[in-house]
Amino acid sequence: MKYLSEYRDPVLAQKVIENIKKISHTPVNLMEVCGTHTVTISKNGIRQVMPKTVTLLSGPGCPVCVTANEDIDKTIWLARQPGVILATFGDMMKVPSSYSNLSAEKAEGVDIRVVYSTLDALQVADDNPDKKVIFFGVGFETTSPTIALSILEARKRKLKNYSVLARHKLIPPAMAALLSLGEVKLHGFICPGHVSTIIGSKPYEFIAEEHGIPCVISGFEPLDVLQTIYMLVRQAENGEARVEVQYKRSVRPEGNTTALKILDEVFEVCDADWRGIGIIPNSGFKLKEEYSDFDADKIFDVDVPPPKDDPPGCSCGEILRGVKFPYQCKLFGKACTPERPIGPCMVSSEGACAAYYRYGTG
Amino acid sequence: MCLGIPAKIVKIDERQIADIEIGGIVRKASLQLVPEAKVGDYVIAHAGFAIQILDEKEAQETLKLLEAFSEIPE
Ligand code: SF4
Repeated sequence: MKYLSEYRDPVLAQKVIENIKKISHTPVNLMEVCGTHTVTISKNGIRQVMPKTVTLLSGPGCPVCVTANEDIDKTIWLARQPGVILATFGDMMKVPSSYSNLSAEKAEGVDIRVVYSTLDALQVADDNPDKKVIFFGVGFETTSPTIALSILEARKRKLKNYSVLARHKLIPPAMAALLSLGEVKLHGFICPGHVSTIIGSKPYEFIAEEHGIPCVISGFEPLDVLQTIYMLVRQAENGEARVEVQYKRSVRPEGNTTALKILDEVFEVCDADWRGIGIIPNSGFKLKEEYSDFDADKIFDVDVPPPKDDPPGCSCGEILRGVKFPYQCKLFGKACTPERPIGPCMVSSEGACAAYYRYGTG
Repeated sequence: MCLGIPAKIVKIDERQIADIEIGGIVRKASLQLVPEAKVGDYVIAHAGFAIQILDEKEAQETLKLLEAFSEIPE
């Protein structure tokens, strides 16, 4: 398939790996920020073929995993209100909250609809004029423009029964927060290719300049990731810290300006609560005042008990911060498996625990 | 969740909804985030939207850089 198979050639992959080995002398820890990269790396056994000097750590890059308990508690509370239909991406269905999960609620008869796109959620609102349709807005910069667009569409179509519970998160502030925590020593970031397709390469510059950490924006095929690792090792060996783009076929320096304009029209930056990390300043999106009519936080007076901590023994917090590898959790593969997941990192197919479980722990 | 898949635009209707082809399967995607996209373009499809048009020239450049790894002598 065009734009996929070219980047999967195993012979070429071997060559790139040899070259990484050739130039890598000083030990480096490289973090892949995006869950889709975690899957590419695990599925292709990239961790196992790295020289001893290159350690790959997984970070907070799965929107499902970093959604805080309290926010899922609120979503469930909303879904249970009379006359409400909750629309959500399927990924969120099994994520544990403090007391329940969306899947269990649906089984109990709560009206929850899994949609593939926000346009489908608008259709649900169109088809059910006597119900209030709330969309659970999760996702990084890749996804948030599609939610912003649904709000603009709803206004245009004069839909009075559509709103969004906005819990969108922003990647660069989370990367900076990890560096400030200082728990892991990082020497480079494998930056998310699709987040960057929207935001461009500029928002990472402060990480290279102020924190001195090399950043390379990567595509998602095995050769993309290997080339990115080569570029990061080369920067580290040369004592450089710059933002480079490996995924040039999709990432323009300025990002997707149409999408950025739409984001700016609908959302403003706010603090956000990340599972495993806590509140990170300026790391989320909320609806602007002008769009309060579509803001579920404003329309409903949500009233939930204080959230519970993560399940006892679950190390998701440390895994999302890159402090622990999944196999260092006592429950990994024993009490906690994809069939009976305990923490969100095992629920989401792009969670680090699920990826390590499925493809081997390496 | 940030999964995006390269897909070819085969048809565009008047509401900017396109038929996109991914490995022989045709799906719908909105082009509202890439209004300049035309039939024949390859886009990255994510959650029912095309989020960028793929740049053929840059794709070739990246492949050239990758192929250069084979030429570096042992
Ligand atoms: S293996 Fe399960 S319990 Fe352990 S950190 Fe991962 S999700 Fe949590």
